[in-house]
Amino acid sequence: MSRPDVVVTGLGATTPLGGDVASTWDAMLAGRSGVSALTQEWAAQLPVRIAAQLAVEPSEVLDRVRLRRLDRSEAIAIIAAQQAWADAGLADSGLDGERLAVSVGSGIGGATTLLAQDDILEASGPRRVSPHTIPMLMPNGPAAWVGLELGAKAGVHTVASACATGAEAIALGLDIIRAGRADVVVAGGTEAVIHPLPIAGFSSMRAMSTRNDDPERASRPWDRGRDGFVLGEGAGIVVLERADHAAARGARVYARLAGAGITSDAYDIVQPHAEGEGAIRAIARAIADADIAKQDIVHVNAHATSTPVGDMLEIGALHKALGDHPVLAATKSMTGHLLGAAGALESIATILAIRDGVVPPTINLDDPEPGLSLEVAAHKARHMEIPAALNNAFGFGGHNVALVFARP
Amino acid sequence: MTRDEITTGLAEILEEVAGVNPDDVAEGKSFTDDLDVDSLSMVEVVVAAEEKFGVKIPDNEVQNLKTVGDAVSFIEAQS
Repeated sequence: MSRPDVVVTGLGATTPLGGDVASTWDAMLAGRSGVSALTQEWAAQLPVRIAAQLAVEPSEVLDRVRLRRLDRSEAIAIIAAQQAWADAGLADSGLDGERLAVSVGSGIGGATTLLAQDDILEASGPRRVSPHTIPMLMPNGPAAWVGLELGAKAGVHTVASACATGAEAIALGLDIIRAGRADVVVAGGTEAVIHPLPIAGFSSMRAMSTRNDDPERASRPWDRGRDGFVLGEGAGIVVLERADHAAARGARVYARLAGAGITSDAYDIVQPHAEGEGAIRAIARAIADADIAKQDIVHVNAHATSTPVGDMLEIGALHKALGDHPVLAATKSMTGHLLGAAGALESIATILAIRDGVVPPTINLDDPEPGLSLEVAAHKARHMEIPAALNNAFGFGGHNVALVFARP
Repeated sequence: MTRDEITTGLAEILEEVAGVNPDDVAEGKSFTDDLDVDSLSMVEVVVAAEEKFGVKIPDNEVQNLKTVGDAVSFIEAQS
């Protein structure tokens, strides 16, 4: 039996750049930063006082009573999934729920709910703890809510691989359709942990930028002045569909999800492998899985978080696994790092780059590393034909995921 | 407190917790069947009612509070 093609027929997102995909993509192409100062009172004591916060609050989209029982990460997953679902034209399609699966994960989960309810426990005792606490903080909460929203009965799955989550959730969706367990998979990632504890934790690792007085210039992948990532929040969701299923209903197809590669480093819990060995294998596997000539993969949306070590390791890995021809983008320079949603949002950017024939800009790349031997569309978007493109996502724990998208 | 005042107080809680229209709240209404209050929201309603009316509503009593009127009677007897 031949392997079915899988295509992308719907996109949804709510991000620091916009409340939907169109506004986010426009802002990206314009090179706008979504990073700003944290003006909340709790931020004053932190070493890091900047973040990429949502452009549109969930309360502008979902009603108050509904939000009472949703963690912020769940609310934005629902919002992005609703958009993707409508975008795919599946809302009134009569799709059998038993042929619909969900694959949505987050890097950290409902941490803000956990912490807020712990405050209530300490201050007012156990009886005051919300009965919604557990479904709000459980890691599978976002996927489960999306499944409820859309009536998915072919399985609701939660991948958790830190900052590779969004990409790995999409890779799982590809597997599910190839294996014949569903015709449509709603896949992606969500994250909303702009809160003092996660910020303090990441900043104790010295992983975050402390460029507090210049937020919009703080996320600067591959620039010599980079000093860590900027925490972002948001959700990105794609609708994956078996190609013949999409064709039969006359669906608009953005791109083909041609292949995926997943590896693990088995090296260190947080440091990437010193030679990028796991990343190289993930990229090579994705290319082999896609069965596309390397020369056709002319663009890479890189993981590039703006950390001193990771950014350059990825360059080395791309050289080895793909070659010296692709034009890179680090859209985290604008969105900040959405952790578990990053791979999903950046997959959306990769898909739209293919559709529109444009590599989004990488802002703040004023003083490139001498070792930056691959081309980057610095500061300004670059228009070019993109037959196929790669998205990388790596995560604490030694997770490496690479996805290859191609023109339909 | 009169029964009407207790009903009004419950209506405020139901609006806050479950988005129930206060005009729909009357003694004869069932929490689950008429007002669409699910089991987790009912827990929130009970805790908020305890606070608002200064009463204690034991968990084993909650299952007997099928209607708004049941709750009003219980709170009236306690307060």
